[in-house]
Amino acid sequence: MYPASFEYHKAESVDQALAALAENPDLKVIAGGHSLLPAMKLRLAQPPALLDIWGIQEMKGITRDGDHWVVGAMTTHADVLRSDLPLFPEVAGWVGDPMVRNRGTIGGSLAHADPSADYPAAALALGVEFVIRGPGGERTVHADDMFQGMFESAVQPGELLTHIRIPATTQASAYEKFRHPASHYAVVGVAVVRHADSSVRAAYTGAAEKAHRLNKLEDAVNGSQAVPTGLVDAGDLLGDRFASAEYRAHLVDVLAARAIERLG
Amino acid sequence: MSETRTDKYFGQALKRKEDPRFITGTGNYTDDMVLHGMVHAAMVRSPYAHAKITGINTDSVKDMPGVIRVLTGQDVQDAGLGSIPVGWLLPDLKTPAHPAIALTEANHVGDIVAVVIAETRAQAEDAAAALEVDYDALPAVATTHAALADGAPLVHDDVPGNVAFHWEIGDEAATTEAFKGAARKVHVKLRNHRLVANPIEPRASLAQFTPAGGDYLLYTTSQNPHIHRLILAAFVMSIPEHKLRVISPDVGGGFGTKIFQYQEEVIVLLASRLIGRPVKWTARRSEAFVSDAQGRDHDTEAELAVSEDGKILGFRVNTHANLGAYQTLFAPAVPTYLYGTLLNGVYKIPAIHAKVTGVMTNTVPVDAYRGAGRPEATYLIERIVDMAAHELNMDPAELRRQNFIQPDEFPYQTPVALVYDSGDYEPALDQAMQMMNYAALRDEQARMKGGKKILGVGLISFLEACGLAPSALVGQLGAQAGQWESSLVRVHPTGKVELYTGSHSHGQGHETAFPQIAADELQIPIEDIELIHGDTGRMPYGWGTYGSRSAAVGGSALKLALQKITAKMKKIAAHLLEASEDDIEHEGGVFRIKGAPDKSKTFFDIALMAHLAHNYPADLEPGLEATAFYDPKNFVYPFGTHIAVVEIDTDTGHVKLRGYGSVDDCGPLINPLIAEGQVHGGVAQGMGQALLEEAAYDEDGNLLAGTYMEYAMPRADDVPFIQHGHTVTPSPHNPLGVKGIGEAGTIASTAAVANAVMDALWHEAGIAHLDMPYTAEKVWRALKDARGSQPQAAAD
Ligand SMILES: Cc1cc2nc3c(=O)[nH]c(=O)nc-3n(C[C@H](O)[C@H](O)[C@H](O)COP(=O)(O)OP(=O)(O)OC[C@H]3O[C@@H](n4cnc5c(N)ncnc54)[C@H](O)[C@@H]3O)c2cc1C
Repeated sequence: MYPASFEYHKAESVDQALAALAENPDLKVIAGGHSLLPAMKLRLAQPPALLDIWGIQEMKGITRDGDHWVVGAMTTHADVLRSDLPLFPEVAGWVGDPMVRNRGTIGGSLAHADPSADYPAAALALGVEFVIRGPGGERTVHADDMFQGMFESAVQPGELLTHIRIPATTQASAYEKFRHPASHYAVVGVAVVRHADSSVRAAYTGAAEKAHRLNKLEDAVNGSQAVPTGLVDAGDLLGDRFASAEYRAHLVDVLAARAIERLG
Repeated sequence: MSETRTDKYFGQALKRKEDPRFITGTGNYTDDMVLHGMVHAAMVRSPYAHAKITGINTDSVKDMPGVIRVLTGQDVQDAGLGSIPVGWLLPDLKTPAHPAIALTEANHVGDIVAVVIAETRAQAEDAAAALEVDYDALPAVATTHAALADGAPLVHDDVPGNVAFHWEIGDEAATTEAFKGAARKVHVKLRNHRLVANPIEPRASLAQFTPAGGDYLLYTTSQNPHIHRLILAAFVMSIPEHKLRVISPDVGGGFGTKIFQYQEEVIVLLASRLIGRPVKWTARRSEAFVSDAQGRDHDTEAELAVSEDGKILGFRVNTHANLGAYQTLFAPAVPTYLYGTLLNGVYKIPAIHAKVTGVMTNTVPVDAYRGAGRPEATYLIERIVDMAAHELNMDPAELRRQNFIQPDEFPYQTPVALVYDSGDYEPALDQAMQMMNYAALRDEQARMKGGKKILGVGLISFLEACGLAPSALVGQLGAQAGQWESSLVRVHPTGKVELYTGSHSHGQGHETAFPQIAADELQIPIEDIELIHGDTGRMPYGWGTYGSRSAAVGGSALKLALQKITAKMKKIAAHLLEASEDDIEHEGGVFRIKGAPDKSKTFFDIALMAHLAHNYPADLEPGLEATAFYDPKNFVYPFGTHIAVVEIDTDTGHVKLRGYGSVDDCGPLINPLIAEGQVHGGVAQGMGQALLEEAAYDEDGNLLAGTYMEYAMPRADDVPFIQHGHTVTPSPHNPLGVKGIGEAGTIASTAAVANAVMDALWHEAGIAHLDMPYTAEKVWRALKDARGSQPQAAAD
């Protein structure tokens, strides 16, 4: 309800934001605030100063660049939901509620790397690329290298995730989610995508410390075999009061089979 | 009745008068109140379930911005304040002291150990977070099992064995006898888990002390401002009762948890007295989780004796009720008189015996939560009756029908003290079965058996006792309060009318329903009538709103006051029309001479003359207002049948409540729209317990579900369309014939939804009982284990 007190700063451009971050290492970026503010209100996070990037127009919106879509990191879940992007609109529909979707951003979610967030599975299955700018200039990180641990992405302090590049040539996709009854975050979410070359990429979120590819599933499907069970090892998963690791492993199997069935 | 009255308003589904201000954000809640010079309190709460407080370093925050004062248990002791009292005493009840601020020992996570008063809310919160408190952690107990174990740590040294009371009801010998001859004994061990009430408006209080006159003003989120005043004035603060005014303005939901007098109200009153400025406190949601009294939390073992053809012969119950760390106002009554007396349900049960042990633990106190004892009783009896039907391979509806008390058997004396005055259970059962297409559901269930989705049908027939309560009776049982209600009707010279009630609306729609009663009685437009409630400075005395008592008791008091008004108006009319009082009739909105309908006076004519008193009966007092007090002769006994339909995804164990139908009998409906709304909300809360909500603690007494990330409240998409019907069996003893409807939905729906889940699991895999809440993994695992190890059930 009441965060610890903090300073408030605002940036209007990426350059301005990067300069501010370089100058003041205490600055914490705030985008839609829908992961950061809840943590601040519970005083789990107590940043001394915030840099509001909501006003940076060049980080908003969805454009087409050849066989890729380019999505600004500050595009809201609601705008993603209404877009022609592959898979992401379906996933955005599973994120929170209309208020969360009108304010929370795709870049904020992906940079935050919440282990229960929905987008990371989709990002892995789609094989998106992350465009990150920092003091050393711009770099591109592939989805497979983006999620590094619990609440840990490739975006470093002092950097901004500015855009996401999504292949526009996929053939089919599906996302299956089992929601936590209280938070509605993913207990398990499984994303599958059939790419232009007909190969399938698949990933899961929610069950482990971060989102992972589902290699066993991909191997089976790409080898024209039936969907196996035991896709993930319960020993690698998280468990809590609502869902044990064993149950989550089972859910990965169930949701993967459903998602593959939907690919047709 | 001989009166020819056309009910113009009573029975109409009028939209609620109060809603425009609620849905446009213009309500006036305690936290909206701003008083000149107001400062803010923030509570410092124990992070330990049980700990000695070894030091509080008030210097650690005294120089922080805005800090005015830090209060500790020592200040409460120095002020000579009393313990927060228990309002219902059982024989030999052990009541540990409950100080406003813990002095030496914190007894649950969230217990208040200090308070920071500062100029702004943010400053108070910052300083509260920074205050240095030293604790020595003590071993804690969180469950009744742990608290009753040999050598368990004591929550309070003066409550030996952590047992606050032993209580029993019914005839043990007769019950033992009934079991001897029984063909079947159905046994269950179940847990009715703990809940957090979660009203949308958190608790808040704002106190102002005016030294000049020694007057106190308290705005607070109370369901019963007079009870708050009585306790605070007479028991805790030693303030003359007339020097304390308590106002409960708009209150955003109570569900029982805003009945009780809490630590924080004492704290703001004391703080205002000490610093001479108004002091406000509003709970953060995370404070509400660890300080609002919680609900349910029973561990029960029970056995039902039945004959081979499904006749119920006897029922025995042993319940351990977790009371938490302190006893709040009604705590001892909820698991005893509001639970044990309801164990008879709607059936003819020749012998019942129930034992209840009240157990103290290092958890948030437990008290009345919507239904208060009656949902626990209904869940137990309806669950075990369903188990009996399953074991006997009988349809659960038919087993119930066979055992119903019949309409000609009322008044019906149960073996557990209550005398049911009226009831007619079969029509409600039939209507509910028809409405939900029960037979077709059973066919569908058979077709779905063995599939990826299976169906469960939960049917329950319930009864509750509400309209609390005949004062002499509850007095005998230990209540420290009367349970009558009062009303004042004031007619102004212009014919506009104010109604005052000791009942309190915190979502129930009193401001619409009470004027509906009055508009018919006075025969004037409802727009001319206003209900005023929630202010001890304006109301006649009253006992507030809980136990579904407002319409039956408060509404009856209103009716009596209205009758006094119309009687007086007839006298004035007789005078003005130069007729005898006996010749005056109140018809078509006017007072007129029988047989000479053109000679009449309007409501306005008479209201005006009552105030002018120019042409007026010599022996009549001027003015037009009346107060009435009404003490009910019995409880009222609403009943009904509810049917829940669930679909279970056998791959994941996810339970979806697919359909719900309720047929309720709450007597004549004052406003069907409001009644249905009460049922909808009640059903949502009850299904929440069955499928979603659980205030689980770890063994050290930490609440594991203390935020909405963990504590699952029902949302719109969890609750299906609710079909609603009703039968009308009036209460024979109150002037309106009305019974309560505020809690019925909750009392019935937990049991209905639980039975639906267990019905599915029984038919699919022969699983007799699982405890709520039916979370996905629990259901999945049970199905997996049962399918792996057990032969399929014989049923179907
Ligand atoms: C009630 C509720 C329900 C929710 N339900 C779901 C759900 O079901 N599924 C789900 O996936 N999520 C859910 N969320 C989280 C939501 O999706 C958040 O919006 C999202 O995770 C964070 O995006 P944001 O723009 O709000 O980021 P913020 O909260 O502003 O920031 C999050 C973190 O990312 C950093 N950051 C943000 N943007 C950038 C950037 N461009 N470059 C570098 N760092 C950046 C911030 O510094 C911060 O550390 C829910 C949130 C709420 C409040």
